[in-house]
Amino acid sequence: MKTEDIRIALLRIEGTNCEDESLNALKSMGARPEHVHLNELIRKKRNLEDYQMLFIPGGFSAGDYIRAGIIFAARIKATIKNDLLKFIEDEKIVLGVCNGFQVLTELGILPGIENLWEEHPGAVLAPNISNKFECRWIYLKKERSVCPFNETLPDKVFSMPIAHAEGRFMLPENREKYLLEKMIDNGQIAFRYVDREGNFEGYPWNPNGSLYNIAGLCNMTGNVIGMMPHPERAFFDFQNLEFWRGNSETPGRYIFEGILKHISRKF
Amino acid sequence: MVKVKIYIEYKEGVEDPEALTVKKSLSLLGFEGINSVKISKVYEMEIEGNKNSARKKAVEICEKLLANPVIHRYEVNVD
Repeated sequence: MKTEDIRIALLRIEGTNCEDESLNALKSMGARPEHVHLNELIRKKRNLEDYQMLFIPGGFSAGDYIRAGIIFAARIKATIKNDLLKFIEDEKIVLGVCNGFQVLTELGILPGIENLWEEHPGAVLAPNISNKFECRWIYLKKERSVCPFNETLPDKVFSMPIAHAEGRFMLPENREKYLLEKMIDNGQIAFRYVDREGNFEGYPWNPNGSLYNIAGLCNMTGNVIGMMPHPERAFFDFQNLEFWRGNSETPGRYIFEGILKHISRKF
Repeated sequence: MVKVKIYIEYKEGVEDPEALTVKKSLSLLGFEGINSVKISKVYEMEIEGNKNSARKKAVEICEKLLANPVIHRYEVNVD
């Protein structure tokens, strides 16, 4: 499939607010992203099966009341669950960034360590350990993973922005060690928070206190991906904090590039 | 109509950054002897039906929306 034929649904409800940057980034790469409201899928005005990728961008869906992402997740589960399950089973790409990651986690799709879709959430993105809204650029290092951008991301330390109050990845305490080991064995961890030199350190390098410094991950099959950092905000040169210091790398581009290449090969 | 109170709180052992911030603030304000702070969320609802059906519905609400079993426990009180 050619890049220009790849259709991407940028799913939104009230409170989604990163859909324009995400659309611009993907459009500039030649793909066909479109804003799609959840109600359009519910009322069958648009069909999920027409797309190769579902992208849930960042924001504060439904005010992030109760818990970040849970209302969006509960509405998806109550309405288009079967369509989404088929979409995932067809190995199409589902990407959740920030609030989107919280939605996929609350849905029980991520981390997807033992099943494609858990009845109850198998993890949580809990309030940051600092009890603050953390909004800044952080450092990351990729892991060996089955995520589609594993090849396109650089091996060295790279930087992307975060902006969240609830990003602390946690697994159930009584099964934490077992599940984490399984995630590592499955190659589900995309990248981890590090310091400038690439060491795995605590706060503030790990901005939310995530288990094992996890910043991004995917399910067992690598087609459902969630990340707290915002690739759409580290995409164009003018967004790049270090561009004026001579660093022309925009890691967000590598993430979308890896995903689009994967879709082109697969479909 | 049945009045239902739902309490959502962190499970034992799960660190609550908000509660720790409150504890620290209390100490900074000069309150001594505050050994721990625990924060719960309370939802009050009026649910149609009898006590049993209201309780059943409230439990379902907790599991589908209000609590994430990884970090939360819940309690349902029916008047």
